[in-house]
Amino acid sequence: MNYLFEMNGISMAYDNIFALKDVYFKVSENDYIGVIGPNGGGKTTLLKIILGLIKPVSGKIIFNKSLKNGSGIGYLPQLSTGDITYPVSVTDVILSGMMISKKIISKMSLSDRKRAEEVIDELGLREIAKASLNELSGGQLQKVFLGRAIIGNPSLLLLDEPGNFVDSNFEIEFYDKLKDLNKRMAILMVSHDIGMISAHVRSFACVNKGLHYHPSSEITNEQLAAYGCPIKLITHGDVPHTVLKTHS
Amino acid sequence: MDINIFQYEFILKGLLGALFASITAGLAGTYIVTRRMVFLSGGITHASFGGIGIGYFAGFNPVVGAAIFGVLSALGVEYLSVRHKIREDSAIGILWAFGMAIGIIFIYLTPGYSPDLMSYLFGSILTVTYADIIALGIMSIILISYFTIFYRTILYISYDETFARTYSPYVNIFKYITTSLVALTIVLNIRMAGVILVLSLLTIPPNIAMIFTRVYSRIIIYSMAAGFAGTATGYAISYFAGIPAGATIIFTLVVIWGIAKLFKQILYKKGLILND
Repeated sequence: MNYLFEMNGISMAYDNIFALKDVYFKVSENDYIGVIGPNGGGKTTLLKIILGLIKPVSGKIIFNKSLKNGSGIGYLPQLSTGDITYPVSVTDVILSGMMISKKIISKMSLSDRKRAEEVIDELGLREIAKASLNELSGGQLQKVFLGRAIIGNPSLLLLDEPGNFVDSNFEIEFYDKLKDLNKRMAILMVSHDIGMISAHVRSFACVNKGLHYHPSSEITNEQLAAYGCPIKLITHGDVPHTVLKTHS
Repeated sequence: MDINIFQYEFILKGLLGALFASITAGLAGTYIVTRRMVFLSGGITHASFGGIGIGYFAGFNPVVGAAIFGVLSALGVEYLSVRHKIREDSAIGILWAFGMAIGIIFIYLTPGYSPDLMSYLFGSILTVTYADIIALGIMSIILISYFTIFYRTILYISYDETFARTYSPYVNIFKYITTSLVALTIVLNIRMAGVILVLSLLTIPPNIAMIFTRVYSRIIIYSMAAGFAGTATGYAISYFAGIPAGATIIFTLVVIWGIAKLFKQILYKKGLILND
């Protein structure tokens, strides 16, 4: 399988304190990886380095050509970024995802608008296509941002804590959509709730300054401890597809 | 009624001034209001007074001094906020007072009486020159071109800067350029409304517009219309009542804002529109 990017010995520090230390990490086409770890463990720093928002103090990140030319990376940030009282419509926000292949010259072509209509229908946003953001629920907002992330047909989709604002109906729909999208793009999903995402991802990356890759969606408290990833595993009882192992 | 040459000039300057002021203030104002930069713009306005003072003292056009001070302080605050090195609101507060202090010191040091100093503080159509009007006209053309060509770039960077950084390495450059254009707009409009009141020329029209629309391009157009109505009416009233133009314009704009709010409320109460 083709790799999308490869991190070799990446370290990042803020004010001489390491946020990430000597990280080796490889993501391939169609991967579906849950990025977990404690708050302040470096999950967001990892995403920022992949997105090129910050430069690591040492180490190298090598991208496959498909990430470099145009389509690139789709990004769904935490809901706190962006101003939801800003006067933009749902269609405008989704269209802004096309900027990934435009840089400066920002006229939207007819085909860009057609693509936006496709995404709106694909995510079931037709009825709110002209609404402004402050009229939407948290779940709808999340779908709009997913639309913005995927409109450019990226080969890698980065999600930062998507579960936070999704109510249960939206949650099922949202993860179904991700499963569908995973057929055409790799997904990297940051979450602090392993219990919730373990039913969906195929492997884990535990980030706490270092990064430990766990090539399965089954993970135990002992393994988390061994990876130096001090987070609590909460089993979700009878939830279908839960594959968490309990203590024996 | 006979119109003498003085009245003719007043009407011409007033109409052209109102037109260009409402175009420039509509564009720059929509940008600062939606990006919540009103306080920053207040800082730029008052900092530019330092340039006016130095202009007086050194004997060059105070508007040029104001433009230099305005743009430099705009770039300075944007740069500091990008670097996260300082509390932005404190930086603006310091800049605000520092600019005024420099202005006052240099005007005090300038020998003789400064006849049109009051016009810089409160605005006056009588001291507006054709050169001022032409400068505003050129600024209108620059701003219309800039916002037309880069409409989506400006819209998306203002809406979600963090996301914009993921696709564009030019976010900072755009912020610097747009904020500089805002600073120049403010400075050129100081002749019309004065240092103390000019900011309202930028902030009230978009707020009138946003009572009726949530679409960015329409906010700009409606702002220009509201700005023109308020500025032209304000001038006329100030002329006939013999009161300062800047204050009359702002007063008129606030009245328009109040009427628009009330109008919207009545439509809402009568069930003619859904959201208020």
